Amino acid sequence: MSAPVLQARGLTVRFGGLTALNALDLALEEGEILGLIGPNGSGKTTFFNAVTGLYKPAAGTVEVGERNVTGASPQQVCAAGIARTFQRSRLCLPLSVFDNLMVGNHRRLRLGLWANLVQRSVLRHEYDENVTVAHGLLATFSAPLAQRLFDPVSALPMIDRRRVEICRALIGRPRILLLDEPSAGMTHDETRELMDDLLAARSQLPSLSIILIEHEMGLIERATQRCAVLNYGEKICEGPYRDVAANEQVRKAYLGED
Amino acid sequence: MGERAKTGLSIAAAVIAGGAFAILFLELEAQWAVAVLAAATVAGLAAFRFSGANARIDRAAARHPRAAFALALATVAVVAAVLHEAHFALLMLATVALYTTTCFGLTLQFGHAGIVNFAGAAFFGIGCYATAILTTHTAIPHLLVIPLAGLVAALIGSILILPILRTRGHYAALITIAFGILFKTFLEVNDALGGPQGLKVPALDLFGWSFNDPIRIGEEFEGSFYLNYVILSVALAALAWVIVNRVEKSWLGLSFDAVRLDETAASVFGIDIARWKILAFSLGNLLAGMAGAVYAMMTGFIAPTSFTFGDSLILVSIVILGGLGNLLGVIPAALLLLVLPEKLQMIQEYRFLLYAVLVIAILLFRPHGLLPRRLRAYFPAKDAA
Repeated sequence: MSAPVLQARGLTVRFGGLTALNALDLALEEGEILGLIGPNGSGKTTFFNAVTGLYKPAAGTVEVGERNVTGASPQQVCAAGIARTFQRSRLCLPLSVFDNLMVGNHRRLRLGLWANLVQRSVLRHEYDENVTVAHGLLATFSAPLAQRLFDPVSALPMIDRRRVEICRALIGRPRILLLDEPSAGMTHDETRELMDDLLAARSQLPSLSIILIEHEMGLIERATQRCAVLNYGEKICEGPYRDVAANEQVRKAYLGED
Repeated sequence: MGERAKTGLSIAAAVIAGGAFAILFLELEAQWAVAVLAAATVAGLAAFRFSGANARIDRAAARHPRAAFALALATVAVVAAVLHEAHFALLMLATVALYTTTCFGLTLQFGHAGIVNFAGAAFFGIGCYATAILTTHTAIPHLLVIPLAGLVAALIGSILILPILRTRGHYAALITIAFGILFKTFLEVNDALGGPQGLKVPALDLFGWSFNDPIRIGEEFEGSFYLNYVILSVALAALAWVIVNRVEKSWLGLSFDAVRLDETAASVFGIDIARWKILAFSLGNLLAGMAGAVYAMMTGFIAPTSFTFGDSLILVSIVILGGLGNLLGVIPAALLLLVLPEKLQMIQEYRFLLYAVLVIAILLFRPHGLLPRRLRAYFPAKDAA
């Protein structure tokens, strides 16, 4: 097997006396969907925040491909090819769907003063291209949503906001996508619909690797090839969903000791 | 009547109404007349809104931004020509244009990038003092002094941005308040800058022609020398409009919005927070400094009392009252906040009370300001008709 696209070794995050993540080893292969599960407060989102540079790890390393991104800024991590969504939607609500997607595509935009203020016809061309790309990407998720490209995000229902958030992460063509509980706040049917969309979009991007945090076990079973289970900041189990679900320790972590 | 004719008619109505209103507002002295005008304004605004003229004008301006811009400038030209002998009205008009320029800068900072700047008057003042020094002690052409004064304001601002970048929200606002107060105190104790007495500033000299000479065209037309400054101030405001408008309708404006709305999400997508805050802050202060330069040359005299915290508050009020982030709203808000206290002489000291009540009322009933900001349209919509 080739080298993993993402490799965390001994990753530790502390908040004062609390160890939120304790010496976590985790590897993600290219093209893989890895489920990250565990009870509330077990350190799943902390792991995402540590990888994306929002938290500085107290110990351990994170590598993206050959590149060491331990303690790097969020901007550097983004440049290394990692994009993410947030558990509680962090879209720019007053802005249009298109503007939100362009936040995700920010690294590819021409950001010079001259390019933006004086060369308006060049900007127009770049803008038109981006409208086409954004429209196409949204349409793979939902055709009606693609028609609302210039509506404010605040006018969209929850499921469409989730779609926009995932598209915002995908439009920058990342190598690795970190999805933090995409089903949060949605009904079962909406969740299933969103997952169908995501898997359909993914089939066009075979090399994209995904880590999925989820409490919806049906989703994990359906979408992931492999799972890692966290409890109190430590990995207690790793393997295909069926094996993990049968594991005694995992059952205890979720249901408590008898 | 065809759709096109209706559109044309509503635009003509808007231009004529706006121009006539500005002339009356600036010219009227009699207090009963001001009161009648105020009542007529309220009625007129309501009529515009309910007849659908507002929406029509809005759409037409969005489709033909260049035509709307040219019409607006032409209206100002007509107003200035009608008032060509009224010194005080022209002084007010030029002051409104310069405050508008400054508030365009503040809109970039506060409305777009989310940096509350309570030292707007200080940066305006830096432009004034830089002009006083550059015009008295150097031989730099006066027209060049204006952008230089703006650069000085931007440079001093780039020192202030360092602590602002390390703080957020209210704390960043406190830093700017402290700076504004510090600036005024510094001027008062500094003898080289004239101390509390202030400094004299020579009139703008354009290739040997002094702006303090009245404009003469033929035998009949002789305009107040303030007319010169009105032309210059409006030209500066128009330039500021073009710059800030283009900034907003580009990836730059998008970056500012992303930084203001969610720094965490923005940084995860590779947006360099510091870079955009520095750019917005510097550009805004550049505009404030340039407006200050023209103001100093126009009034011929500057003193620390013109650049107090209270003046900064007026600038921020204009930006909020107009509709945070909306450039167009700044213009009526500046006109209202600067001219109204002058016009309400009849109720004497109470006029500031009334004026404060008005600001509170507008924010209570229209929390997003007179003209709320709209979604970004990078380019004018292609005309469907």
